[in-house]
Amino acid sequence: MTQPQPPRHAAMLSISNGGSSLAAAADKQQPPQHLHTQSQSSQGLRVPSNRKTIYDRHLNRSRNAELSRASFAFLFAEMVTYAQRRVTGIQDLEKRLNEQGYPLGLRLLDLLFYRTMSSSTSSSLSSSSTSSSPPNRPLRILPLLHLIHGPLWRLLFNRPADALEHSVSPETPNEYMITDNDPLVNTYISVPKEMNMLNCAAFVAGIIEGVCDGCGFEAKVTAHNQPTEMWPGRTIFLLRFGESVMEREKVLERAGVK
Amino acid sequence: MSSATKASRIGEELWKTRVDKVNAELVTLTYGTIVAQLCQDYDGNYQEVNKQLEKMGYNIGMRLIEDFLAKSNVGRCANFRETADMIAKVGFRIFLNIAPTVTNWTSDNNQFSLVFDENPLADFVELPDDGRAQDELWFSNILCGVLRGALEMVQMQIEAHFVSDVLRGDDTTEMRVSLVRYIEDEMPPDEE
Repeated sequence: MTQPQPPRHAAMLSISNGGSSLAAAADKQQPPQHLHTQSQSSQGLRVPSNRKTIYDRHLNRSRNAELSRASFAFLFAEMVTYAQRRVTGIQDLEKRLNEQGYPLGLRLLDLLFYRTMSSSTSSSLSSSSTSSSPPNRPLRILPLLHLIHGPLWRLLFNRPADALEHSVSPETPNEYMITDNDPLVNTYISVPKEMNMLNCAAFVAGIIEGVCDGCGFEAKVTAHNQPTEMWPGRTIFLLRFGESVMEREKVLERAGVK
Repeated sequence: MSSATKASRIGEELWKTRVDKVNAELVTLTYGTIVAQLCQDYDGNYQEVNKQLEKMGYNIGMRLIEDFLAKSNVGRCANFRETADMIAKVGFRIFLNIAPTVTNWTSDNNQFSLVFDENPLADFVELPDDGRAQDELWFSNILCGVLRGALEMVQMQIEAHFVSDVLRGDDTTEMRVSLVRYIEDEMPPDEE
């Protein structure tokens, strides 16, 4: 376990949706138990007599479910507006949006693994246990980035991201970039001129950060406007991995771990 | 009943043909993180969280009604019963792909309940086990505000609140909606 930002990670224990997590964090519970533990549930959350609880519901039920894009836009706009009332500047606002995305990243990570696992169960279980087939968590940076660029993006936006690059500068080998030419979250956001640095996809950057952290890759992720003529909303997500990650990366490379 | 069936058909058709879609889990999780943030900001004061959610919903409703009218192209409802069907079978279908049941009318036809078999906003959700949330928090309270805001824009003042929620351990999720009054176009006082 890396502990990049103890306060932040500590805020992440708990259960299901964001709805419960942060409130649970308010109770100052002890570190990561992503799953609801026995002792917690025995304290007595009431459940409906027909047992319509999240535990009785298949995790894949909403896998291909769709909702209206307008609903997302309305909710996201409210989230941004609400955040804006409580911050002092653009950076602060982006930080807040990032923090709201972060818990989603942690949860989506589990969901992604669960789903890649169940879809490849038949093959991976029947083959010998030594094979390293898809379900494994990424150990190196590159597989992690592919996980984000492909499966994560597909889960969220129904398509892969548009590009994945490594910083060319020798000074910053820890920097990677994921590009989205037209981020869904920004579709219905119009940014006032005086705030033109703002990129509300900071929310998505937070999700990515959550995924990285959840995998044990401490990282800072930020969203930046990089418009082109063809793609006025083009956004680059800059991932900066921490030193510990880079050191481990070297060790693993020498050990031949992929 | 025919108004309900008709509304269902309109709703289904619109959902299939006129609605841009997005992954449901993105919406669910985004809503979850909004509620979580409120719980944190208001330090577990769930009454205040309910109120804030209602307010957010109100803001959304005021804008959402236009999208609703533009997409659905439906005319004025003849009475509140028809309005109820329109909300349940067309409105909820377009925006959340569900169609709650309209029931429990009062004899004056001014109050009804929406009973939700499904609620995409609450997928993946379990309320905090702090001994209070299940008694105090109405997780989907934003929906009450949406109805209030949307209907106000079409000259109906209503009041809406949840009376039960499966997240609280109830067997159903039910919202009570009451018509307060039809808002007449009022002249500014000095021009009378």
